[in-house]
Amino acid sequence: MGFPHKPHPKETVVLSQYFGDVEARSYKGWTKRGGYEALTQALKTDPLAVTETVKESGLRGRGGAGFPTGLKWSFMPKEKKKPHYLCVNADESEPGTFKDREIMRWTPHALLEGTAIAAHAIRAEVAYIYIRGEFTEPWTIMATALEEANAAGVFGSIKVYLHRGAGAYICGEETAMMNSIEGKRGNPRIKPPFPAAAGLFGLPTTINNVETLAAVPHILKRGAAWYKGLCLSNPKSTGTKLFSVCGNVQRPGNYEVTMGYPLKSLIYDMCGGPPAGRTLKACIPGGSSVPILTREETEATLLDYEGVVEKGSMLGSGGVIVFDDSADMVYQIMRLARFYAHESCAQCTQCREGTAWTTKIMERILAGQGKTKDLDLLLDLSENMTGKTICVLSDSCAAPIVSGIKKFRGEFEAYLAGKRQPVMVS
Amino acid sequence: MADGMITLTIDGAPVSVPAGTLVIEAAKQAGVLVPHYCYHPGLPVAGVCRMCLVEIEKAPKLAIACATTVTEGMVVKTQTAPAKDARKGVLELLLINHPLDCPICDQAGECELQDFVFQEGQAGSRYTEFAKRFNPVEDFGPDVLYVPNRCILCTRCVRYMEDVAQEPVLNVSERGDRAFIGVHPDARLDHPWAGNVVDLCPVGSLLSKDFLHKARAWELDKTASICTGCSQGCSITLDTRDEVVVRVRPRTNLEVNRYFICDHGRMHYRWMNRGDRIEAPLVRSGGELKATDWDEAFEKVLSILRGASGKAVALVSPGASNEALAAAKQLLSGFQWTGAFQVVMGEEAPLPGVPNLALRAERAPNAKGAENLGYTRDYQQALEAAKGAAVVLVLDDPDCSVETNGALIYLGTVLGADAPCRRADVVLPIANVAEEEGTFTNRDGREQRFFQAKPAPGMAQPAAWVLEQMAKAKATARVGGGS
Repeated sequence: MGFPHKPHPKETVVLSQYFGDVEARSYKGWTKRGGYEALTQALKTDPLAVTETVKESGLRGRGGAGFPTGLKWSFMPKEKKKPHYLCVNADESEPGTFKDREIMRWTPHALLEGTAIAAHAIRAEVAYIYIRGEFTEPWTIMATALEEANAAGVFGSIKVYLHRGAGAYICGEETAMMNSIEGKRGNPRIKPPFPAAAGLFGLPTTINNVETLAAVPHILKRGAAWYKGLCLSNPKSTGTKLFSVCGNVQRPGNYEVTMGYPLKSLIYDMCGGPPAGRTLKACIPGGSSVPILTREETEATLLDYEGVVEKGSMLGSGGVIVFDDSADMVYQIMRLARFYAHESCAQCTQCREGTAWTTKIMERILAGQGKTKDLDLLLDLSENMTGKTICVLSDSCAAPIVSGIKKFRGEFEAYLAGKRQPVMVS
Repeated sequence: MADGMITLTIDGAPVSVPAGTLVIEAAKQAGVLVPHYCYHPGLPVAGVCRMCLVEIEKAPKLAIACATTVTEGMVVKTQTAPAKDARKGVLELLLINHPLDCPICDQAGECELQDFVFQEGQAGSRYTEFAKRFNPVEDFGPDVLYVPNRCILCTRCVRYMEDVAQEPVLNVSERGDRAFIGVHPDARLDHPWAGNVVDLCPVGSLLSKDFLHKARAWELDKTASICTGCSQGCSITLDTRDEVVVRVRPRTNLEVNRYFICDHGRMHYRWMNRGDRIEAPLVRSGGELKATDWDEAFEKVLSILRGASGKAVALVSPGASNEALAAAKQLLSGFQWTGAFQVVMGEEAPLPGVPNLALRAERAPNAKGAENLGYTRDYQQALEAAKGAAVVLVLDDPDCSVETNGALIYLGTVLGADAPCRRADVVLPIANVAEEEGTFTNRDGREQRFFQAKPAPGMAQPAAWVLEQMAKAKATARVGGGS
């Protein structure tokens, strides 16, 4: 549901069923709505069987990479020799994404239930929920919910802790998050070793996104077949997905649709399209880190992992940023570059220096002082920043630059040729 | 294929290395130096500079050689276009905020950034018309300055302080291109082994105040030596310029000090350049010490030995070489011999990250060697014995408070105006450790060679040579020795 709007008839409401329903926040209200039934049932089930069910459902990670969740769980050591950990990635900081925030705000127990089920499935004693520092309201709600759940003793022997971030985008990267939980600087780690082998405190760890885990109780309750059936296009992408739509649309908000739903319908039917008198120009379909789509591509895109890739972008976190014809793409891309330059952890040379240089060039172009060679330079720099660093922050900065120059070259050239009023950026 | 050995190909050359070896180390075995900054064999792998990107067949993208473990049949290519372009890209990025102040930078000439840019980089920069990042120089500790503008954030210093010195006072502060190396606000970089960060720094960002603007790297002559600061026996390099020792740096020795030396050892060199040296043999004549030549001095010593019998005492420095100590003992053969040395003691300061490595409380490089040759630590008793001895030989111990009724032979580098040895019958000028070749035996019994870094002043000669000459002459003439 695009809270505070009424749910659109074309939405498939699973995770967002109780968005806006204040009563569902409390333990009592949640159990009244069937909450914690799945957990109670799961705790009596063999962990491997739970993993198997999730595998069958086809659930894939909703944090951005789309890795099959059940498969990820099955990477944990078969023979348990050391303590296992579960980390829940609630450090939702991707520009344009605000789905996890709503899950935590309205249905904190859904996340706690999913967390406990996942912890059981991977045989973890301890689960950490790493909540973004700026999420003050979700934090309070989650803390209250955790207190209630602990008082009710629903987790069995599993311990769940909330850990608050300090406001770093990079801590949403799973290995940086583990460092942050350990009390270290939030720098991504080199892989291998992968978290399932040596993760948090050097022990086997699984990291899952909030939305992923919130879906797990539903899968256990209604069955893998039901979840698998929620599919409009490619059978590899199943279930529902929350899309956070923002930018130039009439009704921005979170919308939950079945995988494979057309992006065009999401933007026009559900969100009411661009404001009156304006037309769609471009769209970033999966949070700021993914390539930009043109209007034509946007209108032809089906929202599942494969569908968006087919159009040259990625489903990512499901943060849909819509631009209408009033948007200055050069300015928008500069804003993105500036964000990445600000958030780079400073480990890898390409990212530390590259993101900042990219931003400077973008600012120069906007200020009307761009050089004719700047576009080639940006592309070359982006090439140098792609696929060469520890994590993908550098790639994320390059993606909108490359796609932006490719698809909106005219706008860049207008600045370079002095045909556009320079924008003062500081 | 031997057990546990992995065979791979690097730039077409097959190489076999133990399982678990990193590609960057395997490449060294194959004679290929993959350019790198953050990697250092003595530190945990960080994989952050991204300079050592190489192509590995069948890998989806370029891999960093410093964090990739070898596998059987791996094919590594360091010189392909994608690998070279990637490294060129890193170099360009490292240089955009790096001041080109090589002419006034101490690191110039031994700078890895200079070297690899020269080898793989490009001539010009595309980072035009933007200001470079600027931060003022910071005083990190007793001997370390931080020049943030030159820093390439390889984090070697941070990892060294955290994992090797285990006193994590450094960190990476801030993020993105604003990042710099920070020192804890309530701490100083004053760990007894902190100076190593200067050597570890691949650029001129961490500088030694002691060496600041003292010499250009290419003017230095380098000589393999052994540190005389304590009984650990760390391998060092003496850097000399115009026959003056200007710097001491660690020399890799995996058995003793790995890649490090302590600050005490690093600063323990100024005495090697002392100007108030004894430059000629002195022989007592008419109640005064008079300069003479070696022949006459030898003659004098021999005549003393010839005319004496009974007890002989050798008071020696535990900083004398094994060769000198042995020759000193040989020279006095035939006497009732007592040999002793005294060791200056200090505070022990271990380097926690390296087993069995510390600045030892015993501040003497060759105490063990002296002991092996029969010299004892009972210095007081030897001083007592000296009073009634026929011959007393003092070797390189200028402050020795010797009293004797017998003949006194002093071999030393210096002789103070009020030194008890002023009353010696013969004073023989000898070379110091930087001016001779020899061996020391460290506390673990490891015998290690040091080489001559500069000439000895005036007529001074290595103590071993002086003593051996006399011992030979004495043996030929069959003189002395009471019995």
